[in-house]
Amino acid sequence: MRHAISALLACAIATPALAQPARDSLSIGITQYPANFHPNIESMAAKAYILGFVLRPVTAYDQDWKLTCMSCDVLPSLENGQAKLERTPDGKPGIRITWRLRGGEAWGDGTPVTAEDMRFAWEAGRAFETGFGPAETYRSAYEFIVEDARSFTVRFDKVTYDFAGLGQFQPLPSRIERPIWEADRAGYRTRSAYETATTNPALYDGPYRIAAIQPGASVTLERNEHWAGPAPAFRRITVRTVENTAAMEAQLLAGQVDMVAGELGLPLEQAAALEKRSGTRFQFNYRPGLTYEHIDLNLQNPILTDRRVRQALLLAADRAQIVARLYDGRQPVALGGIHPLDRMYDPGVPAYPFDPARAAALLEEAGWRPGPDGIRRNAAGEKLAFDLMTTAGNRAREQVQQILAGQWRAVGAEARIRNEPPRVFFGETVSRRRFTGMAMFAWVSSPENVPRTIFHSDEVPTAARNWSGQNYTGFSDPEADRLLEALPVELDAEKRRPLWAGLQRLLATELPALPLWHRADAHIWPRWLEGVRPTGHQNYSSLWVTEWRVK
Amino acid sequence: MRLLLARLPQIAVTLVLLSLAAWLAIGLMPGDPVSLAIMADPRLTPQDIARMRALHGLDQPLMRRYLAWAAGLLRGEFGYSRLFAQPATAVLWPALRSTLALVGLSVAIAAALGLALGALAALRPKAAALVDAVALLAQAVPSFWLGILLIILFAVHLGWLPAGGTPEEGAARLPFLVLPVATIAFGQMAAYARHAAAALAESLRQPWVRSARARGASEGRVLWRHALPNAGVPLLTLLALDAGSLVSGALVTETVFARPGMGKLLYDAVMGNDYNLALLALLLVALATMLATLAADLAQRWLDPRLGEA
Repeated sequence: MRHAISALLACAIATPALAQPARDSLSIGITQYPANFHPNIESMAAKAYILGFVLRPVTAYDQDWKLTCMSCDVLPSLENGQAKLERTPDGKPGIRITWRLRGGEAWGDGTPVTAEDMRFAWEAGRAFETGFGPAETYRSAYEFIVEDARSFTVRFDKVTYDFAGLGQFQPLPSRIERPIWEADRAGYRTRSAYETATTNPALYDGPYRIAAIQPGASVTLERNEHWAGPAPAFRRITVRTVENTAAMEAQLLAGQVDMVAGELGLPLEQAAALEKRSGTRFQFNYRPGLTYEHIDLNLQNPILTDRRVRQALLLAADRAQIVARLYDGRQPVALGGIHPLDRMYDPGVPAYPFDPARAAALLEEAGWRPGPDGIRRNAAGEKLAFDLMTTAGNRAREQVQQILAGQWRAVGAEARIRNEPPRVFFGETVSRRRFTGMAMFAWVSSPENVPRTIFHSDEVPTAARNWSGQNYTGFSDPEADRLLEALPVELDAEKRRPLWAGLQRLLATELPALPLWHRADAHIWPRWLEGVRPTGHQNYSSLWVTEWRVK
Repeated sequence: MRLLLARLPQIAVTLVLLSLAAWLAIGLMPGDPVSLAIMADPRLTPQDIARMRALHGLDQPLMRRYLAWAAGLLRGEFGYSRLFAQPATAVLWPALRSTLALVGLSVAIAAALGLALGALAALRPKAAALVDAVALLAQAVPSFWLGILLIILFAVHLGWLPAGGTPEEGAARLPFLVLPVATIAFGQMAAYARHAAAALAESLRQPWVRSARARGASEGRVLWRHALPNAGVPLLTLLALDAGSLVSGALVTETVFARPGMGKLLYDAVMGNDYNLALLALLLVALATMLATLAADLAQRWLDPRLGEA
């Protein structure tokens, strides 16, 4: 249906219709409504985007993909003495890290943000029945010490290079939340004031506070009068949820939303088409991001076990052409899971430019000869055929699937398309390794993210381990395991670089997954807005809303 | 009264069977909440996953979970929505209110317009072809297509009406209803027009109508007092069938106009494995449909007492 609507919208002349709204307010369209508003329970893009306006995490990755302090004085490091290597009580290598909160931060009722708020967040996160995520952070942080009102120390039983970042571990207003949590720990996730009294100003310490919500439709933000940082430009921001992207485009053209946030906005191809039609009415920004489209291969499939076949399939796929035609050339073809903007990216890894002749030669070498119907067969007469699965209803992926199937057929390989709804595909087929051939989907990561759970041989999901782990391909390589174990614990960035290079080369040679491209987000802003700086990762542009200005 | 006594137990049994079937269907669908949580947090250990299953009650057999849910329902506990972290009723009521306003207004307008067109076709045979053509067009036009055309014309080009969404608190609600109501009403009007035209034409051929005319009754009186009550039976059936959509919502229109409502809520709840919300919404839809059917049956018997005797 969306395609038909898009086609109709394409016929519309993009003329501003409604009167221009006052420039002290901003209306933003996103395609998702948050399932909840608690900052530390579950991660979700819509929630992260909205909470970026109203909460200050202690640390975050900035627009240059560098870890930075948002509400701390300075990032802890071994050099400045705020991080100290030590032994845990049971003799394992550990680390104790001290963060100092920046002065002047206050909740929306004027109560200062203190180390006690961090302590409460840690205590609630450690209690499994409360259901915080990610569980690993809280499990590893085995002791919390309040040094003074603004400083706190956390002791971890693991030493990793990204120790200075606190990620989703954010302060919670202890004065409000602790009594609720202590009354019913298991029920806290639904009884938290973030869910039952979402508009309470005392829950927010960012430049804005949530002033009103319309479930499923919109969230209205107003300035937090106790915010001590630079004043944000807009008196009011309304974040509207429009799940259907064609309806979103209509609301943008009608002037009901001023901008579409690229983090949760129009698909790239729809935005590119809109840009061509709308001329100079809007500003368009295409920001490459950390969403990596790829095809996982089931390495237990006898056909795909042969590395030459995997390489041949990648050589036979004209990814550059697909990117040029479908995405207006705005998404970089991937060499692997590490983004070209990541500081550990190695441009020297084996690339597989479109080369059907070399692909055919590799297949010949692997014993696959052309059959009477054009599909290759091996000595046993078996066809070079496999399933190619993805999420049903995802128009972009389904188009890619069709093109890839055609390109592979040209070299004698048959890809049988079998798609499933996302819930079945992710909840069963992929997570329980029930795909027999190929599964096309995307990984979303953070800068310098070690893909241990994706490629370590210990991380293959099985019934015995309750299907935990994300090594859906079943990839097992002792050298990869060694690198994946060494990388997180190497604290020196320069010493990590060769390890990263080794891992990227190994994965690009073995190809347990076929890399496609790194996705780009399409941000659409009004001409009069400036200062929005998309990040391309999970610390969204809304965290820097105080830089947004009216021209 | 006899009809009521016979139907109410049937309704109760149907609701129980429906709830069980829906529970089993959702429970047997692949991808429970914990499976999806594993995808979201790769660092969950097997022990974490086992504890999460216990926490969500997913380690219990499906039937035991159903019985616990049904017992809670009998105590008036509708449970929490897993997707929205709110009591299921708190999520349901705003969506229901929005859908009742949208679909209620649409059905009322569709029925009134349909009846007027049907009457015109029945009374003026020359206009029948035109009414037929309008009805055919209304039935043939897909609602998403009509919706987007209306948006392009009235919101994008003319700027008279909002393109969709919901008004902010305190703002006028009517402008946000005009386009979606027009979209739904146009499609539904066709059925009422065709049924009304056929039923009224049939009624107007009956001897009692000829008698009324012979007695000098005006055409208006003939239509409203003599023909319409007899033609009302099929229209009431149609109205009763549409009553289900008053609470089940209009998924396509809600999607095109970005209006939160029961259609979208029900879809999200089923796909998101939100048992409490999905079951509550489904039972509400079923109950509304069955009660509307019952009301239609009672009204039909009132209009035509012979039905009761049969």
